[in-house]
Amino acid sequence: MILAPPIQLGALMPTLIVLVAGLLVLVLDLLPPRRSKAHLGGVALAGLVAALLAAIAQWGRGARAFRDMVLLDDYALFLHVVICYAAALAVLLSIDYLRRDGIESGEYYALVLMSTSGMLLLASAGDLLVVFLGIELMSLPLYVLAGLFKTRLAAGEASMKYFLLGVFATTFLLYGTALIFGATGATNLDRIAAAARPGDALITVGLGLLLVGFGFKISSVPFHMWAPDVYEGAPTSITAFIATGSKAAALGALLRVLAVALRAVQPDWTVILWAVAAVTMTVGNVVAIAQSNLKRMLAYSSVAHVGYMLVGLVAGGVPGAGAVLYYLLAYTFTTTGAFGVILMLVERTGEEAVDVRDYAGLARRHPLLAATLSLFLLSLIGIPPLAGFVGKFYLFGSAVRAGYLWLTVVGVLNSAIAAYYYLRVIVYMYMREPDTTAARLAPTFAGSLALAIAAVGIVLLGLVPAPFVDLAQAAVAPLMR
Amino acid sequence: MTGLPVGLLSLVTFLPALGAVVLSLVPRRHATALRGGALGISLATFALSLPLHLRFDGDSPDFQFDEALRWLPSLGADYHIGIDGISLLLVLLTTFLTPIALASAWQAIEESTKEFVIAMLVLETGMLGVFVALDLFLFFVFWEAMLIPMYFIIGVWGGANRVYAAIKFVLYTMVGSALMLVAILAFYFQHGAATGVYTFDVPTLGRYVVAPGVGQNLLFLAFALAFAIKVPLFPFHTWLPDAHVEAPTAGSVILAGVLLKMGTYGFLRFCLPLFPDATITFGPLIFALAVIGIVYGAWVSTVQPDLKKLVAYSSVSHLGFVMLGLFTLTQAGLVGGVIQMVNHGLSTGALFLMVGMIYERRHTRLIADFGGLWSVIPAFSALFLLVCLSSLGLPGLNGFVGEFLVLVGTFQINGWLAAVATTGIIFAAVYLLWMYQRVAFGTIRHEANRHLRDLSPREWAVLVPIVIMIIWIGVYPQTFTGKTEATIQALIAQVESKASVAHKKITPPTTVAEAERSREPSGTGHPRVKPVAAPSLP
Repeated sequence: MILAPPIQLGALMPTLIVLVAGLLVLVLDLLPPRRSKAHLGGVALAGLVAALLAAIAQWGRGARAFRDMVLLDDYALFLHVVICYAAALAVLLSIDYLRRDGIESGEYYALVLMSTSGMLLLASAGDLLVVFLGIELMSLPLYVLAGLFKTRLAAGEASMKYFLLGVFATTFLLYGTALIFGATGATNLDRIAAAARPGDALITVGLGLLLVGFGFKISSVPFHMWAPDVYEGAPTSITAFIATGSKAAALGALLRVLAVALRAVQPDWTVILWAVAAVTMTVGNVVAIAQSNLKRMLAYSSVAHVGYMLVGLVAGGVPGAGAVLYYLLAYTFTTTGAFGVILMLVERTGEEAVDVRDYAGLARRHPLLAATLSLFLLSLIGIPPLAGFVGKFYLFGSAVRAGYLWLTVVGVLNSAIAAYYYLRVIVYMYMREPDTTAARLAPTFAGSLALAIAAVGIVLLGLVPAPFVDLAQAAVAPLMR
Repeated sequence: MTGLPVGLLSLVTFLPALGAVVLSLVPRRHATALRGGALGISLATFALSLPLHLRFDGDSPDFQFDEALRWLPSLGADYHIGIDGISLLLVLLTTFLTPIALASAWQAIEESTKEFVIAMLVLETGMLGVFVALDLFLFFVFWEAMLIPMYFIIGVWGGANRVYAAIKFVLYTMVGSALMLVAILAFYFQHGAATGVYTFDVPTLGRYVVAPGVGQNLLFLAFALAFAIKVPLFPFHTWLPDAHVEAPTAGSVILAGVLLKMGTYGFLRFCLPLFPDATITFGPLIFALAVIGIVYGAWVSTVQPDLKKLVAYSSVSHLGFVMLGLFTLTQAGLVGGVIQMVNHGLSTGALFLMVGMIYERRHTRLIADFGGLWSVIPAFSALFLLVCLSSLGLPGLNGFVGEFLVLVGTFQINGWLAAVATTGIIFAAVYLLWMYQRVAFGTIRHEANRHLRDLSPREWAVLVPIVIMIIWIGVYPQTFTGKTEATIQALIAQVESKASVAHKKITPPTTVAEAERSREPSGTGHPRVKPVAAPSLP
């Protein structure tokens, strides 16, 4: 006899808040005022802040629901905070940007919120099927959002590519889940852990397929091909959201699946991830050097940053996983900030300024904006005392501690390579004369607020990292029993 | 002690950065106020740093003025700062040269004055932080953070090829420090695993003896690469001519005067005491590179047509002497090396300043464009001669003291090494005096040179303090060496006691240094200096 599990919605509280806000936006969209949709952005923001507060309030009071399919432990809550920040910053950046580019619509906010709820679900997934559900709920709205510039060719390409490859990836994920179910008779992470035996071929193949599926979602090499095209074609606010929120959720789920369910085959996935991390960092950084389009450059740079985070996964243990969580937080602020600056600059033609040449002499015309972008870029390089440096220090520290000295050497040398292309943007902003086609600023209050939050965030995380690191480590500790 | 909520050393370190924050609120149209404010802040920093020297107990090798605050307790990284006899001199050098550099840029920097003075002040805090940090994590933070203002100073206010030079400077340094970061982490975990105490505290780490062998050698090499690039030791020097030549005068002064010393300081603070066996193992390699640098730098300087390039390459040669002195591990060599760091900062800083002054007048730095300047601008020419003589090591001026002590120390190790290194001094006389002859003597070959104006009051004010220090150190170095000797004795003792028995046999016995000390009650072993010879040249 199958008993229906008790309904415990408390464990889904942040997810539900975001989902309800999304539905509310859909309904309000039908009511006046029809001209402006800015108030819907406000509703979306309110929903995200409420979810953020709910997540923080839940801290330390772990909840499990639906026969451990949904886990609202501290680990999930930490990811909730990261995701809510990513979504809220994306919404703040969107409000005036959408109007400027003529794609303002109510569905936009509803889709962002639904995607966010998928991310939150993914972060608290305690079962491979919920992982699948979360990924689909997260990705489907993003496929639509990526193609929001209906009239642009690049947008169509972005949406199509993202959709096809994304669906392809989730198929791998589902197949991997099926094989692991075949080997262990379970889809629940804890029960897989109890039944999994090292050396089982089904598990090994299943692990490989899962890694392929997740590899697409976090855009690790060799499954990163979609990232530059999608990042380029999607509206910049959505690019920022894909680069931060979806990555945080997918990486978070991957970490939980590997560390909890597939603990028995840790040597297997460590070897694979070692190679993937090294290749991802190197390819991301080397190819980024060749990019003159800033959105593409940041796409490859975000590939490289996934490589750094995989180093933390390889290192494993509380220090490694804690470093990954901290890095996700730092990376979210930094990357959203960098995309936010791009989004605020427009060319004379009204197009977004995405070519590095558009930034020539920016420091002369908009010193504050140039300084802000420099701050984000320096944090991405890993210059102290900014958040990016502390994050890398913890990541590489955990790798050295676990004995992965050579992987660390690859990582730090990659950071030096990366300095080249990030600094090139600074060169254009500060050391080149502005030309006639140079970009101008489209300042907005909401956008500036988002940049200010991100900038304060990376300085704070850099100067006073201790409490955040402690929280991250406390959050992962129960996973690493 | 100071009655303030923060210690004196923290105040000195962070006053420039605080000043930069305040100046960032001043509107950019008040350029003069910004310049004056920055100069005032840097002078105040210098004034505050003087009590560090006066109240420093030269008989104690311990860290003084130290302050410690919890920062990252879970990591074992703290805000721990303090100075010993070595860092004291470098802190003073930094606070001394920064106002001079700022004053020298009074007219030279006309664009983006606000950003310039902010970058200079942030840079000063970064440099001071490197010298006072007693926590490896904190050290690394300052070490990396200081790159950025220097990058902007070269890249924004530099010469024609500035962007290339700035990027090269940053990338070279970052590659070196990337590997140092790995070594810092590896050392940290090794220490933690062995002692159970996970800490980045330098004095604590200094008491730990790393097992000699491949591990220690690799750690040493990773640290040494970062520092060797900074020094720069041959063959890692190729960033230096670009950076020095392209940087604005104030940047060159700071770059040559202080930044290069961060490399040699790193060797002293970390490589020698933490990895004594590797220091002795790789000593011959460092000697070889240092001597090659001394001779090569001198030769290349000789053939430079550009004044600034000549001075830049001469730095490679001079820093070779410093490295030679440090790795002799003798009292004389180390004291000489440390004092030579200060000397190079003063002499080369002054040379860059004067090249900058002549460039501001003529907008060329080619030696061939000058000639006969003595008859047009005698005051400038006389001071320029004094600075050149100081740089080439004329007895009675500062350069002689350092180079002589380094050679004494080197001779105790290996006579041939000292002999080859000495040729560097001869070549220094060749390239500096030959250059001086072509610039200052002879007939005026270019009409444009006929109506140059001599030093302005501002330029006098910039140069006179350096000249005073050049003569002071030349005549009475005890003021400065007296503060470092105890520290250096303790450092040598630390290296000797930690080095494994196998190595002790081949190192120069401590007794040589001690015997020398007993002969020379003044302690430095420097000879009686002759009075300053009146400059008389063909």
